[in-house]
Amino acid sequence: MSKKDQKSAREGWFTLDANNPRLLGSQCDECQTYYFPVHEKYCRNPQCESESFTQIELSNRGKIWSYTNAGYAPPPPFVADDPYEVFALAAVELDKEKLVVLGQLVKGVGVDDVSIGDEVELAIETLYEDEESEYLVWKWKPVNSSKSSNTESQASSQGGAA
Amino acid sequence: MSNSVAILGVGMHPWGKWGNNFVDYGVKAARDALKDAGVAWQDIQFVAGANTMRCGYPGYVAGATFAKALGWNGARVASCYAACASGAQALNTARAQILSGMADVALVVGADTTPKGFLAPQGGDRPDDPDWLRFRLFGATNPAYFAMHARRRIELYGTTEHDIAEVRVKNGDNGLHNPNARYKKTFSIDEVLASPMVADPLRLFEICATSDGGAAIVIASEEYAKKLHAKPVTIEAISTITPTYPSTQLELPDLATDSAAAVSVPTMNFKPAMIDAAYKEAGIGADDISLAEVYDLSTAMELDWYEALQLCPEGEGQKLLRDRDTYIGGRVPVNPSGGLACFGEAVPAQALAQVCELTWQLRGQADKRQVENARYGITANEGLFGHGSSVIVKAAE
Repeated sequence: MSKKDQKSAREGWFTLDANNPRLLGSQCDECQTYYFPVHEKYCRNPQCESESFTQIELSNRGKIWSYTNAGYAPPPPFVADDPYEVFALAAVELDKEKLVVLGQLVKGVGVDDVSIGDEVELAIETLYEDEESEYLVWKWKPVNSSKSSNTESQASSQGGAA
Repeated sequence: MSNSVAILGVGMHPWGKWGNNFVDYGVKAARDALKDAGVAWQDIQFVAGANTMRCGYPGYVAGATFAKALGWNGARVASCYAACASGAQALNTARAQILSGMADVALVVGADTTPKGFLAPQGGDRPDDPDWLRFRLFGATNPAYFAMHARRRIELYGTTEHDIAEVRVKNGDNGLHNPNARYKKTFSIDEVLASPMVADPLRLFEICATSDGGAAIVIASEEYAKKLHAKPVTIEAISTITPTYPSTQLELPDLATDSAAAVSVPTMNFKPAMIDAAYKEAGIGADDISLAEVYDLSTAMELDWYEALQLCPEGEGQKLLRDRDTYIGGRVPVNPSGGLACFGEAVPAQALAQVCELTWQLRGQADKRQVENARYGITANEGLFGHGSSVIVKAAE
């Protein structure tokens, strides 16, 4: 592992506990609706005028709402690997909070490894690094993907599309 | 009281990657629309411009920019920005002036000059801007969002990659006959499916490009049209509603959706709700529609619109395509212009270009792409940040 300093790519949005990372959100003290990221100034429920919120850790598991990948390197401000490696994205529905959160799928997991409805859990991985630091972000990792046995070959075939 | 306004004239600058100043395209389109209307520029009482965010300050005050370029004539002016729905917002702003009696005749113009490649956010670090963060934290491009919706169709509705490729083939065949289209080329299904995967399951030829282009429309009160002895097509509805909370469909540029924990999801999602509002305003239903121009930012998105337009039940969009109902000559042709597939998106001009196409179609001036006996046409358009639009245009009586 690198000995670089590890930093959050977005301070205050998630915990950096590698064993049990959590997204940080808010819950409205009046209507009980949930928010990600933290949102604590005014409730966006049109029937609620609350300005009082409690910061919470969101569920660390959810089900895939949909997914895709990036066949070409996205433009800045994304910092792409060089050489570029195709990565996958998943939008994940949290059952308790009834909201969908976007994230990349962890390295090595491609679109052929997952399906809508698959259970995934939160993980922390390096998003990019510079001379001094590694910048960490949350990603989604399949829990018991039925297709996970052929992860490596699938990931490399996806890479071929670029 | 009638809520109809007359479309007296329409004009476009051909779409392409011309690299000129966006004002040039707007002026060309405006002059064509004025000539088509038989209205002198000096007689225009209100100018509405659809803004562009990529062309500096003149783009933020597009109404005044076009008015100055055409020669200051003292008209009142407005400039509108609503992402991909900017053109329709400008049209609606002008329509409100006419329906309120503040103006009799108005000019609406949108034009854009676009950079190459993916639409990327503006420069500089903006960690509170979701449009910046989605690129920074995830590398989530616009096609990534379109692809996630396409994937849902495939896994939940049984749409196939062949189906979504066929949308591109249909639209390519239509656009071949459109002098304003940028891409005049036919494709086979195999060619589409052989193009590189950009955002699985969407391939390069299934995602709309960005283009330069300009479109303009002259609208007027029905009384003003009568004085000109015109028999115009009319605008019967413009829906520019926002979503209803909670919005749980992940849309550009969301990092996360609203929560449905406290308030249950509305009976209609944003797209169908927006279309429904247009039908209600016009007092018609899907059965009355002869043709549609829809926002095919991706090929799969065209199928979403079939359902939002209530042309078929949710999840059955591909069936309409397979039955060739949405081909020219079919029950309800969709994107006879060739759609965004053949144009590429010129953001502030695109929603106006859709209305230009309906106008030509409903006047019987669409040449080889003509839809026969068209009575009502509808547009469908969706943009960033909760914007979208639907315009219903009716043939002359």
